[in-house]
Amino acid sequence: MDVLFRNVKELVERAETENKLISEIMIEQEMLITQRSREEIMVQMERNLTVMEEAVEKGLKGVHSVSGLTGGDAVLLQAYIEKGNSLSGTLMLDAVSKAVATNEVNAAMGTICATPTAGSAGVVPGTLFAVKNQLNPTREQMIRYLFTSGAFGFVVANNASISGAAGGCQAEVGSAAAMAAAAIVEMAGGSPQQSSEAFAITMKNMLGLVCDPVAGLVEVPCVKRNAMGASNAVVAADMALAGVTSRIPCDEVIGAMFEIGQSMPSALKETAKGGLAATPTGKWLEAKIFGGAVVGSGK
Amino acid sequence: MKFKSVFDIIGPVMIGPSSSHTAGAARIGRVARDLFGRQPEWARIHLYGSFAETYKGHSTDVAIVGGLLDYDTDDERIKTSFEEAAAAGMAFEFIPETGHTDHPNTARVVIGDSQTEMSMMGISIGGGKIEITELNGFPLRLSGNHPAILVVHDDRSGCIANVSNCLYRHDINIGHMEVSRRQKGEMALMVIEVDQTVDKAVMDELRQLPNITQVTRIAD
Repeated sequence: MDVLFRNVKELVERAETENKLISEIMIEQEMLITQRSREEIMVQMERNLTVMEEAVEKGLKGVHSVSGLTGGDAVLLQAYIEKGNSLSGTLMLDAVSKAVATNEVNAAMGTICATPTAGSAGVVPGTLFAVKNQLNPTREQMIRYLFTSGAFGFVVANNASISGAAGGCQAEVGSAAAMAAAAIVEMAGGSPQQSSEAFAITMKNMLGLVCDPVAGLVEVPCVKRNAMGASNAVVAADMALAGVTSRIPCDEVIGAMFEIGQSMPSALKETAKGGLAATPTGKWLEAKIFGGAVVGSGK
Repeated sequence: MKFKSVFDIIGPVMIGPSSSHTAGAARIGRVARDLFGRQPEWARIHLYGSFAETYKGHSTDVAIVGGLLDYDTDDERIKTSFEEAAAAGMAFEFIPETGHTDHPNTARVVIGDSQTEMSMMGISIGGGKIEITELNGFPLRLSGNHPAILVVHDDRSGCIANVSNCLYRHDINIGHMEVSRRQKGEMALMVIEVDQTVDKAVMDELRQLPNITQVTRIAD
């Protein structure tokens, strides 16, 4: 299969030599591989964008999962932002609350767009709809944000993994956060190389993150990991835009993520057998939700 | 490359909560139903690895049943698929297995009706993307890289030539092809990954060819 890029180095080189945005290279590659028109591809991505908007909107109104483990935090965060005393700033908390909103909808079996997975679906839209308020992008630029995210995700999925069962949470929320960081940089006017630096800086700080969902549900700690993934992405984008670079090249960071995922024990890869899932409270919650012997009283 | 489209990364649009354990599971169920060719009357679903450990929490069970009812990943009816299955007259059971498989998210779907039964092994490789690794005891390597056609046929000379000629006439290029059979002269299977979309007319033409039992298409 002929592709325009197989790794981040090729992606950035092509964007810079052809003087194009990373999102443009992704669109061109999609046209090449699927033999579909630019318009068709843009329309499909806009549909995904609309699903993301609706999910955030729904989550900000307040949803709760069947298990009762998650829900309502996006509402709390928005109310807190309104008061105007937040320490981490409006944009940051807005990104966090919208990431949480999306994942609360996901946990409640609502409709979302996997980016790159459902468990990590909050980070890319959360950051997009927060950064939007400051950068005032056009609708096309918002769609491009998703293509830029997708370009980096494409490299990770093919060269490492985007599956928690295969690589832990670093492969899911880690990838999502790094993808979002790269996309923020492009939307803010940074160079393709700066997008790659933002990606590398984010991913480096997500390495080793395990997948240990309580009761096997995509709720605890997934929703809050999306919150932190979003904040990580915004900070890394700012660092890259400031001119900070990663000493370890982007593709090598992705390689390290893959290696770490391979050596991670299966108890920490979406089996709900280790980490937070295996804590006394984690086990108590599992017994409470699915029945069986409830030992102790939890918290 | 396992993931070829940007929409494998930004997508699918789906009912939560898990792309691998819910959306991927629904797709495994739906491909099984596609391959079976009609609504099965019963289903026995064996789950392995992470699927076996966490299927309840991820709604993997309702998703596979939804897939067997032909629901796409974003079909709201996935949530109530158990009730829908009862209404459609499909009995089902889930069997969590302890055995080891190559991939952590593996399901073996055995479905059937009064006439016949079928067994298929599928894996969910992340982000909602799946691969089919076995069909009725035939090991497959259906990568999902391209649209693909599965042809069940009698092991007779000329079958493979007829199928490839038909694809050639429609300007469809074969990217990868595997042929296997149980025993000489018995049931055989062609797995053909192609570069172009295969429309219904081509599928119907393939079905008309001699010694062809079943033709199924797996789109992107």
